[in-house]
Amino acid sequence: MKLGGEFTKGLLKENPVLVLALGLCPTLAVTNTMVNGIGMGIAATFVLVCSNLVISLIKNLVPNRIRIPVFITVIATFVTVVKLVMAGYFPGLSKALGIFIPLIVVNCIILGRAEGFASKNNVLRSLLDGLGMGVGFMLILIIIGAVREILGAGTILGHPLFGESFKPALLMILPPGGFFSIAILIGLSNLLQKRLE
Amino acid sequence: MDFGNIMLIAVSAILVNNIVLAKFLGLCPFLGVSKKLDASLGMGMAVIFVMTLASAVTWIIYEYFLLPIPKNFIFRFFHLFDPSVTPSMFDLAYLETIAFILVIASLVQLVEMVVQRISPPLYEALGIYLPLITTNCAILGVAELNTMTNHYSFIASVVHGFSAGIGFTLALILMSGIREKLELADVPPSLKGLPIAFMVAGLMSLAFLGFSGLKF
Repeated sequence: MKLGGEFTKGLLKENPVLVLALGLCPTLAVTNTMVNGIGMGIAATFVLVCSNLVISLIKNLVPNRIRIPVFITVIATFVTVVKLVMAGYFPGLSKALGIFIPLIVVNCIILGRAEGFASKNNVLRSLLDGLGMGVGFMLILIIIGAVREILGAGTILGHPLFGESFKPALLMILPPGGFFSIAILIGLSNLLQKRLE
Repeated sequence: MDFGNIMLIAVSAILVNNIVLAKFLGLCPFLGVSKKLDASLGMGMAVIFVMTLASAVTWIIYEYFLLPIPKNFIFRFFHLFDPSVTPSMFDLAYLETIAFILVIASLVQLVEMVVQRISPPLYEALGIYLPLITTNCAILGVAELNTMTNHYSFIASVVHGFSAGIGFTLALILMSGIREKLELADVPPSLKGLPIAFMVAGLMSLAFLGFSGLKF
């Protein structure tokens, strides 16, 4: 596969959320506003790129039998870095994302790419794969976050969109709204992929 | 910590703040294993078991090894040799994510070996679900909620872990009952599979929202 393809496959064709159904918990839990979606997306992309980079570098040094614990330790290290940086520089965002920052460790996208891609490919390809998957994940978080914020609060990035008379559908920022938005989004993406064929 | 508080934690974790439907933890097994009723029962039992155990173990690790307080074991050990050390020199709370995930991963491995040796029938029932549990974010999530967010006592942590497991099992069993019926329903082709499962989960989550009116 061409190098560019390693990046673009994560955006739609092998999108981690829509097609592979990985990383569903943070996708629904933190997307009640768009800012949270962007913050989570950047954090996950950082961890994904760094862990893919390190794992593709050490893949020949790690004995096969203990590779999973080693991968988890590498991922957990970068998650700790993200957690401390976010708590130090963006305390508001860190509070809003709560336990979902440490839970990036068990996000199946990251371990899935480490095990399925970075442990078999060279550094440059792993880097691009991590970046593409991260951006694809962030894209979905931003779309769901925007839809839920517009319908559920009538704002976008905190700015009011409609006049005084707009009654927001509170349901959309509550948990059921998250389930409904992702159901419709996956349905639409299935429809789109079928049309493209 | 009195009995009323403990009950409150239990009811809240099972119904009001259901771990799957209100907190969005453990969605992967919730959608992956809920196609068959008996499989979801097995998975639910394995989660209750490991979650209760993990809550107890991670609480001990957090209170006695990571927090910079006088009962910290690492501090006490060094205090024997050098009385001038203070607890604040042993602040390892930032390592909590790494410590918890490694503890949970080895705990799951240990449970698997012990169950296999002690009770082969139980291993038959839970065996294939145990390895999947390491990456179930509900386990790590409950551990973080017990220690970092809510600062529960030991008893409260264990009760919270156990009842969050019950809540997970309840949601999983309800979901698998609905999905077995859904097999026969006429669903639009692009909504088949995952999207319709999410719709059902959304409706269940809506129903569980009703419990937030519970008052004691």
